[in-house]
Amino acid sequence: MENKTDKNSYTIIFAIGMVIVVGALLAYLASTLKPKITENQRLEKQQNILYAMGINENDETSAVFISTDKAPEAFDNNVTDQIVITVDANGKVIKTQNRDEYFKETNQEPYLIDVKKQQASVKAGGNRKLPLFVGKNPEGKKVYVAPIYGKGLWDAIWGYVAMDEDMIVRGAYFDHKGETPGLGANIKQRYFMDDFYGEHLLTKNGAFKGITVAKGNADPKNNDKTDNEVDAIAGATITGDGVTAMIKKDLKLYLPYFNSLKGK
Amino acid sequence: MAKDSRLILDPLTDNNPITIQVLGICSALAITAELEASIVMSISVLFVMGVGNVVISLMRNIIPSKIRIIAQLIVVATLVIIVDLVLKAFAYELSKTLSVFVGLIITNCIIMGRFEAFALGNGPYRSFLDGIGNALGYGIILIIVGFFRELLGSGTLLGIPVLGDPIEKTGLYALGYENNGFMLLSPMALIVVGIIIWVQRTRNKALIED
Repeated sequence: MENKTDKNSYTIIFAIGMVIVVGALLAYLASTLKPKITENQRLEKQQNILYAMGINENDETSAVFISTDKAPEAFDNNVTDQIVITVDANGKVIKTQNRDEYFKETNQEPYLIDVKKQQASVKAGGNRKLPLFVGKNPEGKKVYVAPIYGKGLWDAIWGYVAMDEDMIVRGAYFDHKGETPGLGANIKQRYFMDDFYGEHLLTKNGAFKGITVAKGNADPKNNDKTDNEVDAIAGATITGDGVTAMIKKDLKLYLPYFNSLKGK
Repeated sequence: MAKDSRLILDPLTDNNPITIQVLGICSALAITAELEASIVMSISVLFVMGVGNVVISLMRNIIPSKIRIIAQLIVVATLVIIVDLVLKAFAYELSKTLSVFVGLIITNCIIMGRFEAFALGNGPYRSFLDGIGNALGYGIILIIVGFFRELLGSGTLLGIPVLGDPIEKTGLYALGYENNGFMLLSPMALIVVGIIIWVQRTRNKALIED
C-alpha cells in the first residue's frame, strides 16, 4: 500500500508548507533583530575608526577594540571633526563639508557613509563622497582617518588608515569578510597592521605612491619606513595585493585635501 | 543504555566521520590552518548537528521521501541562518570570528550524512546523541590537524608564539629552525589527515579493508 507521504499532492503541500513556515520564521527573526544588528554595526565603525587612531585596548600581541559601552563617548571626545570631500569621476574635488554641513544636507553622520556604495557611484559616472575623520591620537598628534574598501581573495576587505598632515601612517586597521583563516585573514592581526605605522604614503618629492604589501622584500623587520613597503603574509599573496590596491586607489583621492592643508 | 553510549563513543574512534567515513573533508582542509578556527568550527557544528538531528528526527514521519534531501537542506540552512542572526545581534564580536565558518557548515557532508543515515530512522533522543557523537568525532580530528598545522606552520598555538620569535631568531629559531610554510596550505591538511588515518589503522587492524 502506498504511504500517504509518497503522494504527489502531499509532497507539494508539504513543500509549500515548509517554505512558508521557514520563510515566516526567518523573516520574523531578521526583522526583530535588525535594529540590534544595525546598532552593532554602527558601534563597530566607531571602534574601527578609534582603533586606527590608536585609541584601543591592545595588549602585547593581540588587537583589542575599545569596549562597545565606552566607544560612543570615546568617539565624541576624540573625533573632533568629520569632513566629507565630494569628488567627481576624475577625482577632482567639488566641495568639502564639515560634519554639521553634511548632516544638515543629508541627515546622516559622515562615519556611516558606505564606501562600497560610493565606489559604485563613481564607477557609474557619478560623484563620490570621501569621509575623513579628524582627531588627536594618544600621543597628542593630529591625525586624519580615512576608510578604504577593496577585494581580497574570496570576498571584500576594508580598513581605516590614520595619517598625519604629511600622509605618514599613524595607525591602520584592516578587516575582511571571508579570507582564509591563518593566511589572508591575518591582515587583521597586530603584527601585520602595526607594520604600517610610520610608513610614508608619499615619495620624497611629495607624489603619491601608496604602500605595497611586498613579498620577499629586503626589510622583513620593516625598519625602513620610507620604502613604501611592508612585509607580506606568507601564503596570502592575493589578499596582500588587495590591501595594496585599496590603499593606492582610495587614499590617492585624499591627496588634494592634504596638499591644501599645507597651503594653509 | 550501553547501546546509547556507543552513539557518542563510536564516532570518536572506530567510526570517525572524517577518518573512517571520509566525510567533512572539505571544511577540514579549509579552516584548520589555525587551532582557534578549528575549535570554533567544531563548536558550531556541534550545535547545528545536535539540534538538526533532533528536528529531522521529529519530522521523520511527515517528510515525503521524494524531497527528503531538500527538506534536510532547508533544516540545516535555516539553523545556520538562525545561528548567524542571533550571533550578529547578541554576540557581535563572536559572529565576526565565526563569519566564514557559519556559511561553511551548510556544505558539511557529515551533517547531511547523519540526517539521512540516522535521524530519518530513529527517535529524537538517540538522534541527538548520534549528532553530538559525530560532531565530537569531527571536532577531535579538526583540533588535531589545527594543532599541528598552526604549530609547524606558524610556530604559534591559539596565536601565542611557542617556539620563539622567527624574526628576532630566539628560542628554537636560534637553532636554525624555520616555520614550514607548506603546513599553512590546504594540501598539507590532507596529508595530516592521511597520517592520522594511517596511525589509526596501524593500531586497529580491523579497520583495514581488503
